[in-house]
Amino acid sequence: MSETKVIDACDTFCPGPLMELISHIKHVAVGDVIELLSTDQGSAADIPEWVKKVGHEIIGSEQIGNVWHIKVRKAK
Amino acid sequence: MRILVVGGGTAGTIVANNLSRRLTGEIRAGKVRITMLSASDRHMYQPGLLYVAFGQMTPDQLYRDQANLLEPTIEFHVDPVKQFQLDKNKVVTESGKTHEYDILVIATGSRMVPEETPGLTEGAEFFYTEASAVKMYKKLREFKGGRVMVAVGVPHKCPIAPVEVMFALDDFFKARGIRDKVQLKYHYPIGRLHTIENVAKWAKPEFERIGVDTETLFNIKEIDAKNKVMKSEEGTEVEYDLLIVIPAHRGMEVIERDNLGSGGWIPTDRYSLKMNGHDNVYVVGDTTNLPVSKTGSAAHFQAEAICENIASIIKIGEPVRDYDGKVYCFIEAGHEKATYAMFNYLNPPDLKPPSKPMHWFKISYNHMYWTSVRGLL
Repeated sequence: MSETKVIDACDTFCPGPLMELISHIKHVAVGDVIELLSTDQGSAADIPEWVKKVGHEIIGSEQIGNVWHIKVRKAK
Repeated sequence: MRILVVGGGTAGTIVANNLSRRLTGEIRAGKVRITMLSASDRHMYQPGLLYVAFGQMTPDQLYRDQANLLEPTIEFHVDPVKQFQLDKNKVVTESGKTHEYDILVIATGSRMVPEETPGLTEGAEFFYTEASAVKMYKKLREFKGGRVMVAVGVPHKCPIAPVEVMFALDDFFKARGIRDKVQLKYHYPIGRLHTIENVAKWAKPEFERIGVDTETLFNIKEIDAKNKVMKSEEGTEVEYDLLIVIPAHRGMEVIERDNLGSGGWIPTDRYSLKMNGHDNVYVVGDTTNLPVSKTGSAAHFQAEAICENIASIIKIGEPVRDYDGKVYCFIEAGHEKATYAMFNYLNPPDLKPPSKPMHWFKISYNHMYWTSVRGLL
């Protein structure tokens, strides 16, 4: 059974949303989903770029208010 | 009121000393008692390790006796915690003793885990411990020329260190007269040169100026130490003659063993710095899971917020402030110049051009640190 873990990376300049994703994805199982919350407008572009390059999977990306909710499934 | 501080690094020491001063009257009256449990009888100035790696400080300059840094009213034991029993408001130590508390402050810190990346321990140099920093210096001294590759694990302590290393390497090889024989290349995990956008924008022309090649979206997967090849999660490979890595970090083992937080990072409220779900447990410094730099400066500002609140809760029954995410990082920029990045949750840093006075301020701070952890600065 896969799990979803929510990572609140809103209002952070260091380490920043993508660094938070890279850090947390190490500690979840293959198949699990991380929902990353980010107020960084660049996240909608740079997170999918990294996810695609490494071989994980974006399963959702939407902006609610000023917060991006980006869901990433760990694929390997 | 029994206040128990677990951890004698920057965060724990500032918390204990600051609280001791704020609560002097209560301690004298026997109403408050502060106890610290630490894993060591010595206190290390960790930022000094970078200077050790470049032969600018010796290891003995990094240490002070922990007991001498603490206010005399603080009860100090070198006896690390073996088990947290948060439901019973007590901890059990390695020696088998039990310490009960009314307020607990967890400041156990973090540790590098190079062993979790295949080949890294055999194939790379680090500077996050005394032994590794000395070893790195010896490697640098015997280096005659070739490809020096720098890469960064995630998460890591002191986010400015990767940038500072590049300037230090440029200075070091220039001073040894072999800069023209050395290729410097910097690899970074995300799509720009630093996680702080303004630092990345500043570093790009600076790296070009000193001749540092760069590759972004590079996360270390494994090292082939025999053939001197570093491979990334993103599918690229680089050959090296000398590899310097800022290794990935974890929180301390006891945190993971007691299921207090994944990766050893404890879920913490970003404003109150209380452990989620525990009203009498505070978390400070590297130990938190907050999206905040793991650096002594963040630990310092968090410690001050915690101390003001604990003291005010004891005196008037209410906390008085939130932690605003404040961090202040010096950035050594080579050629005896430095700048700094100051930011909080809402305001990004505005980097100023590097200057010699800022470098000398940093060098001075290397000594002023001991005043800082005593809670005086």
